[in-house]
Amino acid sequence: MVRNTKDEILHDHNHDGVDRRGFLKCMAWAGTGAFCVMQGGVLKSYSMSRLSDMNPEDMKGELSFVQISDSHMGFNKAANPDVAATLQAAVDKINALSTPPEFLLHTGDISHLSKPEEFDGVEQILKSASAKDIFYVPGEHDVLNDDGKEYLGRFGKGAQPGGWYSFEKKGVHFLGLVNVMNLKAGGLGTLGHEQLEWLERDVKHLKASTPIVVFAHIPLWSVYPEWGWGTEDSAQALAYLKKFGSVTVLNGHIHQTMQKVEGNVTFHTACSTAFPQPKPGEAPSPGPMKVPAEQLRSLLGITDVNYVRGKHALAVVDSTLG
Amino acid sequence: MRKSVFIAGVMLTVMASLGRTALKHEVFAVSAQQEPGSRVEVKIDNFSFGPAAITVSAGTTVTWTNRDDIPHTVVSTEKVFKSKVLDTDEKFSFTFTKAGEYPYFCSIHPKMTGKVVVQ
Repeated sequence: MVRNTKDEILHDHNHDGVDRRGFLKCMAWAGTGAFCVMQGGVLKSYSMSRLSDMNPEDMKGELSFVQISDSHMGFNKAANPDVAATLQAAVDKINALSTPPEFLLHTGDISHLSKPEEFDGVEQILKSASAKDIFYVPGEHDVLNDDGKEYLGRFGKGAQPGGWYSFEKKGVHFLGLVNVMNLKAGGLGTLGHEQLEWLERDVKHLKASTPIVVFAHIPLWSVYPEWGWGTEDSAQALAYLKKFGSVTVLNGHIHQTMQKVEGNVTFHTACSTAFPQPKPGEAPSPGPMKVPAEQLRSLLGITDVNYVRGKHALAVVDSTLG
Repeated sequence: MRKSVFIAGVMLTVMASLGRTALKHEVFAVSAQQEPGSRVEVKIDNFSFGPAAITVSAGTTVTWTNRDDIPHTVVSTEKVFKSKVLDTDEKFSFTFTKAGEYPYFCSIHPKMTGKVVVQ
Protein backbone atom coordinates (compact mmCIF):
# COMPACT_ATOMS: atom_id res chain seq x y z
CA MET A 1 0.00 0.00 0.00
CA VAL A 2 1.87 3.06 -1.22
CA ARG A 3 0.65 6.36 0.11
CA ASN A 4 0.31 9.24 -2.32
CA THR A 5 2.76 11.52 -0.60
CA LYS A 6 4.04 14.67 -2.19
CA ASP A 7 7.44 14.26 -3.74
CA GLU A 8 9.19 16.61 -1.43
CA ILE A 9 12.24 16.36 0.76
CA LEU A 10 11.00 17.39 4.16
CA HIS A 11 14.10 16.70 6.22
CA ASP A 12 17.32 16.83 4.28
CA HIS A 13 19.41 15.87 7.27
CA ASN A 14 22.19 14.43 5.18
CA HIS A 15 22.06 17.17 2.55
CA ASP A 16 22.10 14.50 -0.09
CA GLY A 17 18.86 15.14 -1.96
CA VAL A 18 17.84 11.47 -1.52
CA ASP A 19 14.34 10.86 -2.80
CA ARG A 20 12.57 9.60 0.30
CA ARG A 21 9.48 8.62 -1.66
CA GLY A 22 11.58 6.24 -3.72
CA PHE A 23 12.84 4.76 -0.50
CA LEU A 24 9.36 4.50 0.97
CA LYS A 25 8.14 2.69 -2.15
CA CYS A 26 10.70 0.00 -1.49
CA MET A 27 9.77 -0.12 2.14
CA ALA A 28 6.09 -0.52 1.37
CA TRP A 29 6.57 -4.26 0.98
CA ALA A 30 8.07 -4.55 4.40
CA GLY A 31 5.72 -1.88 5.70
CA THR A 32 2.61 -3.93 5.06
CA GLY A 33 4.15 -6.98 6.62
CA ALA A 34 5.31 -10.20 5.02
CA PHE A 35 4.48 -13.72 5.94
CA CYS A 36 7.38 -15.94 4.97
CA VAL A 37 7.36 -19.67 5.11
CA MET A 38 9.83 -22.16 3.80
CA GLN A 39 8.36 -25.36 2.52
CA GLY A 40 10.47 -28.11 1.02
CA GLY A 41 13.42 -25.75 0.78
CA VAL A 42 11.50 -23.13 -1.17
CA LEU A 43 10.87 -19.79 0.42
CA LYS A 44 7.40 -18.43 -0.15
CA SER A 45 6.20 -15.07 0.97
CA TYR A 46 2.73 -13.63 1.12
CA SER A 47 1.60 -10.11 1.82
CA MET A 48 -0.21 -9.74 5.13
CA SER A 49 -3.25 -8.48 3.25
CA ARG A 50 -3.60 -11.93 1.65
CA LEU A 51 -3.63 -13.78 4.93
CA SER A 52 -7.34 -14.54 4.56
CA ASP A 53 -6.43 -16.65 1.50
CA MET A 54 -4.06 -18.77 3.50
CA ASN A 55 -4.66 -22.10 5.10
CA PRO A 56 -4.83 -21.39 8.84
CA GLU A 57 -2.93 -24.62 9.42
CA ASP A 58 0.06 -23.10 7.69
CA MET A 59 -0.09 -20.24 10.15
CA LYS A 60 -0.68 -22.02 13.40
CA GLY A 61 2.24 -23.24 15.39
CA GLU A 62 3.06 -25.11 18.53
CA LEU A 63 5.34 -22.36 19.55
CA SER A 64 4.94 -18.71 18.79
CA PHE A 65 7.00 -15.81 20.01
CA VAL A 66 7.61 -12.22 19.03
CA GLN A 67 10.86 -10.45 18.33
CA ILE A 68 11.15 -6.74 19.05
CA SER A 69 14.29 -4.72 18.69
CA ASP A 70 16.06 -1.40 19.05
CA SER A 71 13.71 0.36 21.45
CA HIS A 72 16.48 2.96 22.17
CA MET A 73 14.77 4.20 25.35
CA GLY A 74 16.23 7.64 26.00
CA PHE A 75 16.45 8.72 22.35
CA ASN A 76 14.52 11.96 21.87
CA LYS A 77 15.70 13.59 18.66
CA ALA A 78 13.70 14.56 15.59
CA ALA A 79 13.50 11.07 14.09
CA ASN A 80 11.21 10.12 17.01
CA PRO A 81 10.75 12.42 20.02
CA ASP A 82 8.69 9.78 21.89
CA VAL A 83 10.18 6.29 21.69
CA ALA A 84 8.19 5.21 24.77
CA ALA A 85 4.95 5.79 22.87
CA THR A 86 6.07 3.72 19.88
CA LEU A 87 7.29 0.94 22.19
CA GLN A 88 3.86 0.98 23.83
CA ALA A 89 2.31 0.78 20.34
CA ALA A 90 4.43 -2.33 19.71
CA VAL A 91 3.16 -3.87 22.95
CA ASP A 92 -0.43 -3.05 21.95
CA LYS A 93 0.24 -4.79 18.64
CA ILE A 94 1.61 -7.85 20.44
CA ASN A 95 -1.42 -7.93 22.72
CA ALA A 96 -3.73 -7.82 19.70
CA LEU A 97 -2.27 -10.98 18.13
CA SER A 98 -4.80 -13.80 17.84
CA THR A 99 -2.32 -16.25 19.35
CA PRO A 100 -0.58 -14.68 22.37
CA PRO A 101 3.14 -15.25 22.05
CA GLU A 102 4.75 -17.46 24.63
CA PHE A 103 7.63 -15.07 25.10
CA LEU A 104 9.39 -12.07 23.60
CA LEU A 105 12.91 -11.83 22.26
CA HIS A 106 14.47 -8.36 22.42
CA THR A 107 17.44 -8.24 20.07
CA GLY A 108 19.15 -5.29 21.73
CA ASP A 109 19.63 -1.52 21.88
CA ILE A 110 17.06 -1.71 24.63
CA SER A 111 18.39 1.60 25.96
CA HIS A 112 19.96 4.47 24.11
CA LEU A 113 22.69 5.43 26.58
CA SER A 114 22.88 2.38 28.93
CA LYS A 115 21.23 4.43 31.70
CA PRO A 116 19.42 2.58 34.51
CA GLU A 117 16.28 4.66 34.07
CA GLU A 118 16.21 3.77 30.37
CA PHE A 119 16.32 0.04 31.10
CA ASP A 120 13.66 0.60 33.79
CA GLY A 121 11.47 2.38 31.24
CA VAL A 122 11.56 -0.53 28.80
CA GLU A 123 10.93 -3.16 31.45
CA GLN A 124 8.01 -1.13 32.75
CA ILE A 125 6.35 -0.89 29.33
CA LEU A 126 6.98 -4.55 28.49
CA LYS A 127 5.28 -5.59 31.75
CA SER A 128 1.95 -4.94 30.04
CA ALA A 129 2.74 -7.34 27.17
CA SER A 130 0.73 -10.56 27.03
CA ALA A 131 3.97 -12.57 27.00
CA LYS A 132 5.38 -12.85 30.48
CA ASP A 133 8.84 -14.12 29.61
CA ILE A 134 11.26 -11.79 27.90
CA PHE A 135 14.72 -12.79 26.71
CA TYR A 136 17.24 -10.07 25.92
CA VAL A 137 20.55 -9.74 24.15
CA PRO A 138 22.48 -6.45 24.30
CA GLY A 139 23.06 -3.93 21.55
CA GLU A 140 26.10 -1.65 21.48
CA HIS A 141 23.97 1.08 23.10
CA ASP A 142 23.37 -1.19 26.11
CA VAL A 143 27.00 -1.76 27.08
CA LEU A 144 28.44 1.77 26.91
CA ASN A 145 29.82 1.96 30.44
CA ASP A 146 31.95 -0.40 32.56
CA ASP A 147 31.95 -3.17 29.95
CA GLY A 148 28.18 -3.54 30.17
CA LYS A 149 27.94 -3.85 33.95
CA GLU A 150 24.42 -2.37 34.11
CA TYR A 151 23.11 -4.65 31.34
CA LEU A 152 24.73 -7.80 32.73
CA GLY A 153 23.50 -7.03 36.25
CA ARG A 154 19.94 -6.83 34.99
CA PHE A 155 19.75 -9.42 32.25
CA GLY A 156 22.78 -11.63 32.74
CA LYS A 157 21.39 -13.88 35.47
CA GLY A 158 21.73 -17.48 34.41
CA ALA A 159 23.85 -16.50 31.43
CA GLN A 160 27.52 -17.10 30.86
CA PRO A 161 29.71 -14.31 32.31
CA GLY A 162 29.88 -12.64 28.89
CA GLY A 163 26.06 -12.50 28.69
CA TRP A 164 25.38 -15.29 26.19
CA TYR A 165 23.06 -18.17 26.97
CA SER A 166 20.79 -20.85 25.55
CA PHE A 167 17.43 -22.33 26.43
CA GLU A 168 14.90 -24.73 25.01
CA LYS A 169 11.20 -24.27 24.32
CA LYS A 170 8.99 -27.03 22.90
CA GLY A 171 11.95 -28.78 21.34
CA VAL A 172 13.39 -25.65 19.72
CA HIS A 173 16.88 -24.68 20.88
CA PHE A 174 17.47 -20.94 21.35
CA LEU A 175 20.91 -19.29 21.51
CA GLY A 176 21.21 -15.68 22.68
CA LEU A 177 24.57 -14.35 21.50
CA VAL A 178 26.51 -11.19 22.30
CA ASN A 179 28.39 -9.57 19.43
CA VAL A 180 28.69 -5.98 20.68
CA MET A 181 31.54 -6.20 23.20
CA ASN A 182 35.24 -5.56 22.55
CA LEU A 183 34.63 -3.90 19.20
CA LYS A 184 37.90 -3.13 17.44
CA ALA A 185 38.73 0.04 15.53
CA GLY A 186 37.54 -0.22 11.94
CA GLY A 187 35.86 -3.52 12.76
CA LEU A 188 32.45 -5.17 12.73
CA GLY A 189 30.51 -7.03 15.41
CA THR A 190 32.45 -9.78 17.10
CA LEU A 191 31.60 -12.98 18.99
CA GLY A 192 35.06 -13.90 20.27
CA HIS A 193 36.79 -17.22 20.96
CA GLU A 194 35.23 -17.86 24.36
CA GLN A 195 31.69 -17.50 23.07
CA LEU A 196 32.39 -19.56 19.95
CA GLU A 197 33.85 -22.38 22.02
CA TRP A 198 30.83 -22.26 24.31
CA LEU A 199 28.52 -22.39 21.28
CA GLU A 200 30.29 -25.43 19.87
CA ARG A 201 29.94 -27.27 23.18
CA ASP A 202 26.35 -26.15 23.66
CA VAL A 203 25.02 -27.64 20.40
CA LYS A 204 27.37 -30.59 20.08
CA HIS A 205 25.00 -33.19 21.45
CA LEU A 206 21.76 -31.93 19.94
CA LYS A 207 20.06 -34.00 17.26
CA ALA A 208 20.39 -32.60 13.75
CA SER A 209 16.58 -32.40 13.57
CA THR A 210 16.42 -29.90 16.44
CA PRO A 211 15.25 -26.52 15.10
CA ILE A 212 17.74 -23.83 16.08
CA VAL A 213 17.03 -20.14 16.66
CA VAL A 214 20.00 -17.82 17.13
CA PHE A 215 19.36 -14.25 18.21
CA ALA A 216 21.97 -11.49 18.44
CA HIS A 217 22.00 -7.75 17.93
CA ILE A 218 24.29 -7.11 14.96
CA PRO A 219 23.46 -9.16 11.84
CA LEU A 220 25.34 -12.42 11.59
CA TRP A 221 25.67 -12.00 7.85
CA SER A 222 27.34 -9.23 5.88
CA VAL A 223 24.47 -6.85 5.22
CA TYR A 224 26.68 -3.82 4.58
CA PRO A 225 30.22 -3.89 6.04
CA GLU A 226 30.86 -0.22 5.17
CA TRP A 227 28.36 0.70 7.86
CA GLY A 228 29.52 -1.98 10.30
CA TRP A 229 26.47 -4.12 9.47
CA GLY A 230 28.07 -7.55 9.89
CA THR A 231 29.91 -9.80 12.34
CA GLU A 232 33.59 -10.63 11.80
CA ASP A 233 33.56 -14.18 13.10
CA SER A 234 30.01 -15.32 12.44
CA ALA A 235 31.19 -17.84 9.84
CA GLN A 236 32.70 -19.91 12.63
CA ALA A 237 29.43 -19.87 14.57
CA LEU A 238 27.48 -20.93 11.50
CA ALA A 239 29.98 -23.73 10.87
CA TYR A 240 29.08 -25.19 14.28
CA LEU A 241 25.41 -25.12 13.23
CA LYS A 242 25.93 -26.70 9.82
CA LYS A 243 24.54 -30.09 10.78
CA PHE A 244 21.12 -28.74 11.72
CA GLY A 245 18.23 -28.97 9.28
CA SER A 246 16.66 -25.69 10.30
CA VAL A 247 18.49 -22.64 11.60
CA THR A 248 16.78 -19.27 12.01
CA VAL A 249 18.92 -16.25 12.80
CA LEU A 250 17.12 -13.21 14.24
CA ASN A 251 18.98 -9.90 14.43
CA GLY A 252 18.35 -6.20 14.92
CA HIS A 253 20.70 -3.21 14.69
CA ILE A 254 19.83 -2.05 11.18
CA HIS A 255 16.30 -0.82 11.96
CA GLN A 256 14.70 -2.36 8.87
CA THR A 257 13.61 -5.80 7.83
CA MET A 258 15.87 -7.85 5.65
CA GLN A 259 15.91 -11.52 4.92
CA LYS A 260 18.41 -13.93 3.41
CA VAL A 261 18.30 -17.66 2.98
CA GLU A 262 21.49 -19.66 2.71
CA GLY A 263 21.08 -23.40 2.66
CA ASN A 264 19.41 -24.40 5.91
CA VAL A 265 19.87 -20.98 7.46
CA THR A 266 17.30 -18.20 7.29
CA PHE A 267 18.58 -14.79 8.42
CA HIS A 268 16.09 -12.16 9.41
CA THR A 269 16.48 -8.64 10.77
CA ALA A 270 13.73 -6.77 12.55
CA CYS A 271 12.42 -3.22 12.45
CA SER A 272 13.15 -0.93 15.36
CA THR A 273 10.34 0.20 17.62
CA ALA A 274 12.05 3.62 17.85
CA PHE A 275 13.24 4.99 14.50
CA PRO A 276 14.02 3.75 10.98
CA GLN A 277 17.42 3.84 9.29
CA PRO A 278 18.27 4.15 5.61
CA LYS A 279 18.73 1.20 3.31
CA PRO A 280 22.38 0.23 2.73
CA GLY A 281 24.21 2.91 0.79
CA GLU A 282 21.15 5.13 0.31
CA ALA A 283 22.45 7.78 2.68
CA PRO A 284 25.92 8.98 3.66
CA SER A 285 25.57 7.33 7.07
CA PRO A 286 23.37 4.80 8.90
CA GLY A 287 21.87 7.31 11.34
CA PRO A 288 18.26 7.85 12.43
CA MET A 289 16.16 8.62 9.38
CA LYS A 290 13.66 11.40 9.67
CA VAL A 291 10.35 10.86 7.90
CA PRO A 292 7.05 12.77 7.99
CA ALA A 293 5.39 12.11 11.37
CA GLU A 294 2.37 10.37 9.87
CA GLN A 295 4.64 7.80 8.18
CA LEU A 296 6.87 6.98 11.15
CA ARG A 297 4.82 4.09 12.51
CA SER A 298 4.69 2.39 9.12
CA LEU A 299 8.49 2.06 9.31
CA LEU A 300 8.59 0.64 12.84
CA GLY A 301 7.42 -2.84 13.75
CA ILE A 302 7.45 -6.23 15.43
CA THR A 303 8.19 -9.74 14.16
CA ASP A 304 5.92 -12.68 14.93
CA VAL A 305 7.49 -16.13 14.69
CA ASN A 306 5.64 -19.42 14.54
CA TYR A 307 6.99 -22.92 14.76
CA VAL A 308 4.97 -25.87 13.59
CA ARG A 309 6.46 -29.22 14.49
CA GLY A 310 7.19 -31.15 11.34
CA LYS A 311 7.54 -28.09 9.14
CA HIS A 312 11.03 -27.40 7.89
CA ALA A 313 11.46 -23.80 8.99
CA LEU A 314 9.91 -21.26 11.30
CA ALA A 315 7.34 -18.90 9.84
CA VAL A 316 8.45 -15.31 10.31
CA VAL A 317 5.92 -12.48 9.95
CA ASP A 318 6.79 -8.80 10.15
CA SER A 319 4.15 -6.22 10.86
CA THR A 320 4.38 -2.48 11.27
CA LEU A 321 3.02 -0.26 14.01
CA GLY A 322 0.84 1.78 11.70
CA MET B 1 83.76 49.88 30.84
CA ARG B 2 82.51 51.24 27.57
CA LYS B 3 84.26 48.44 25.74
CA SER B 4 82.54 45.77 27.81
CA VAL B 5 79.21 47.47 27.42
CA PHE B 6 79.81 47.68 23.71
CA ILE B 7 80.73 43.98 23.53
CA ALA B 8 77.73 43.07 25.62
CA GLY B 9 75.61 45.17 23.33
CA VAL B 10 76.94 43.42 20.24
CA MET B 11 76.44 40.01 21.81
CA LEU B 12 72.89 40.84 22.77
CA THR B 13 72.18 42.03 19.24
CA VAL B 14 73.72 38.90 17.77
CA MET B 15 71.79 36.64 20.12
CA ALA B 16 68.58 38.48 19.46
CA SER B 17 68.97 38.14 15.71
CA LEU B 18 69.87 34.46 16.10
CA GLY B 19 66.77 34.00 18.20
CA ARG B 20 64.59 35.64 15.58
CA THR B 21 66.05 33.48 12.86
CA ALA B 22 65.42 30.34 14.91
CA LEU B 23 61.78 31.33 15.40
CA LYS B 24 61.30 31.95 11.70
CA HIS B 25 62.75 28.51 11.01
CA GLU B 26 60.18 26.84 13.21
CA VAL B 27 57.29 28.57 11.53
CA PHE B 28 58.42 27.59 8.03
CA ALA B 29 59.03 23.95 8.86
CA VAL B 30 55.58 23.35 10.37
CA SER B 31 53.22 25.49 8.36
CA ALA B 32 49.98 23.64 9.09
CA GLN B 33 50.50 23.47 12.82
CA GLN B 34 49.31 25.32 15.83
CA GLU B 35 51.41 26.99 18.45
CA PRO B 36 51.78 24.96 21.66
CA GLY B 37 48.90 25.63 24.06
CA SER B 38 46.43 26.30 21.26
CA ARG B 39 43.17 24.47 20.63
CA VAL B 40 41.97 22.42 17.70
CA GLU B 41 38.38 21.38 17.04
CA VAL B 42 37.20 18.10 15.56
CA LYS B 43 33.54 17.81 14.65
CA ILE B 44 31.73 14.50 14.95
CA ASP B 45 28.84 14.29 12.48
CA ASN B 46 27.24 11.79 10.12
CA PHE B 47 29.15 8.90 11.65
CA SER B 48 32.53 10.47 10.91
CA PHE B 49 35.26 12.57 12.51
CA GLY B 50 35.96 15.80 10.68
CA PRO B 51 38.77 16.28 9.93
CA ALA B 52 39.61 12.59 10.26
CA ALA B 53 43.38 13.15 10.31
CA ILE B 54 44.98 16.18 11.94
CA THR B 55 48.51 17.22 12.73
CA VAL B 56 49.20 19.32 15.79
CA SER B 57 52.20 20.37 17.86
CA ALA B 58 52.85 19.02 21.33
CA GLY B 59 50.88 20.90 23.97
CA THR B 60 47.81 21.35 21.78
CA THR B 61 44.39 20.58 23.21
CA VAL B 62 42.04 18.84 20.79
CA THR B 63 38.32 19.15 21.46
CA TRP B 64 35.81 16.78 19.85
CA THR B 65 32.22 17.98 19.66
CA ASN B 66 29.40 15.60 18.78
CA ARG B 67 27.05 17.25 16.28
CA ASP B 68 25.46 13.99 15.24
CA ASP B 69 22.00 12.98 16.45
CA ILE B 70 23.37 9.72 17.80
CA PRO B 71 25.93 9.25 20.64
CA HIS B 72 29.60 8.55 19.89
CA THR B 73 32.82 8.02 21.81
CA VAL B 74 36.45 8.96 21.19
CA VAL B 75 38.74 6.09 22.16
CA SER B 76 42.46 5.79 21.50
CA THR B 77 43.39 2.40 20.06
CA GLU B 78 46.52 2.42 22.27
CA LYS B 79 44.36 3.31 25.29
CA VAL B 80 45.96 6.73 25.70
CA PHE B 81 42.62 8.51 26.04
CA LYS B 82 38.98 7.51 26.27
CA SER B 83 35.95 9.76 26.38
CA LYS B 84 32.72 9.01 28.13
CA VAL B 85 29.71 8.55 25.87
CA LEU B 86 29.03 11.86 24.09
CA ASP B 87 25.43 12.62 23.29
CA THR B 88 24.56 15.41 20.84
CA ASP B 89 26.45 18.67 21.64
CA GLU B 90 28.64 17.06 24.30
CA LYS B 91 32.40 17.56 24.12
CA PHE B 92 35.60 15.76 24.99
CA SER B 93 39.06 17.34 25.21
CA PHE B 94 42.53 15.91 25.43
CA THR B 95 45.87 17.71 25.57
CA PHE B 96 48.60 16.00 23.59
CA THR B 97 51.99 16.46 25.28
CA LYS B 98 54.10 13.79 23.58
CA ALA B 99 54.97 13.55 19.91
CA GLY B 100 53.62 10.51 18.09
CA GLU B 101 50.69 9.11 16.17
CA TYR B 102 47.42 8.57 17.98
CA PRO B 103 44.84 6.56 16.02
CA TYR B 104 41.40 6.51 17.62
CA PHE B 105 37.89 5.26 16.89
CA CYS B 106 34.32 5.36 18.14
CA SER B 107 33.82 2.29 20.36
CA ILE B 108 30.10 2.24 19.58
CA HIS B 109 30.54 2.45 15.80
CA PRO B 110 34.02 1.02 15.23
CA LYS B 111 34.01 1.81 11.51
CA MET B 112 34.48 5.48 12.53
CA THR B 113 38.19 6.11 12.79
CA GLY B 114 40.48 9.11 13.05
CA LYS B 115 44.08 10.02 13.80
CA VAL B 116 45.95 12.76 15.61
CA VAL B 117 49.60 13.21 14.65
CA VAL B 118 51.58 15.15 17.22
CA GLN B 119 54.85 16.73 16.19
